[in-house]
Amino acid sequence: MSRSARIRLFWAAAVVFAVVYGFACTGLPHFGTAVHPYATRAVAASLRQRTANVVSSVNFDQRALDTLGEESILFASVLGTIVLLRHARDERVGRPRAGRVLPSTRLLGLVMVPLTLLTGVYIVAHGQLSPGGGFQGGVILATGLHMAYVAADYRVLKRIRPLAVLDASDAFGAGAFAALGLAGLIAGGAYLQNVLPLGTFGQLSSGGLVPLLNAAVGVEVGSGVIVLLASFLDQAVEVRPAQNPGSGGGT
Amino acid sequence: MTILPFLTAGWIFLAGVYGMVTSRDIVHAVGCLAVAQSSTYVLLLTVGYRRGGIAPYFTDTPLRTRTVDPVVQALALTDVVVGATVTALLLALAIQIRKRHGTVDPDALTGLKG
Repeated sequence: MSRSARIRLFWAAAVVFAVVYGFACTGLPHFGTAVHPYATRAVAASLRQRTANVVSSVNFDQRALDTLGEESILFASVLGTIVLLRHARDERVGRPRAGRVLPSTRLLGLVMVPLTLLTGVYIVAHGQLSPGGGFQGGVILATGLHMAYVAADYRVLKRIRPLAVLDASDAFGAGAFAALGLAGLIAGGAYLQNVLPLGTFGQLSSGGLVPLLNAAVGVEVGSGVIVLLASFLDQAVEVRPAQNPGSGGGT
Repeated sequence: MTILPFLTAGWIFLAGVYGMVTSRDIVHAVGCLAVAQSSTYVLLLTVGYRRGGIAPYFTDTPLRTRTVDPVVQALALTDVVVGATVTALLLALAIQIRKRHGTVDPDALTGLKG
């Protein structure tokens, strides 16, 4: 299809979409309305399960099966990226040069890397109590590690990043989530049903299965994002294609 | 005007799709896909908004407090995670296309290559 035909087709479809969507919007419940049947039920169910963070309760207890699907997509995407970005036969792997970093940046990085990693662990561990959880904490863990790349250089990042272990722990996190679901079956309930003792509301040990599932997702997301960024950094920093040397390289 | 937030979501979606249709660069197209996808966050959060509602956490708020809808917030969280990883996968494809074909213009990618 030619370019102009494609744009004409887009405008035709856009007008139809805009009209139908605008019409559909007039039939929706009013913005900011107080009546939310699902919300009321989800909050009640979450309090019954002694989980203070209702979003975590929805993700890891009430609709844990959806989260299993979600983290399977996550796992598959990481796997697909690794496969796509593997080194081809005609590519050379160069040695990255060290860049110049200000001493103050280096010092700040030295202080901030452990602090950020600690924050990540805190966010994962308190997922059933306060805003946060495995997904958010995992991303903080992964980005915190990459502060070493900003504050020092690529070789330092490579040294503190056990990529083979992280590859395995990504799969381990995904597998642990699926395996924890079996606890419900063993206890005579349904798959991914919350069967552990629920604990005291507002305590770190509350929520039954929720903190464990949070931890599994935290491990998976953290290692998955590090592995993803490792593949991309590798392409940008180390790999030099044989056909057109010059691109790639540097710190 | 209570319909405006819903219409905003639709507008963001159309802006993203327009970008994808007119794109001359695959990386740009992936960015536009992310824009189109972010319209769903706006739509979900709009649907879940309650006037005067706070975040749905009861650690140190009274149990009777009015909160926004936690169900759509959980859906938006799912959306963010899946969106980020799928974007990474598409960008990895873009890198490989650039390596194999020497171009990132979708219109220039015509023939199959073994």
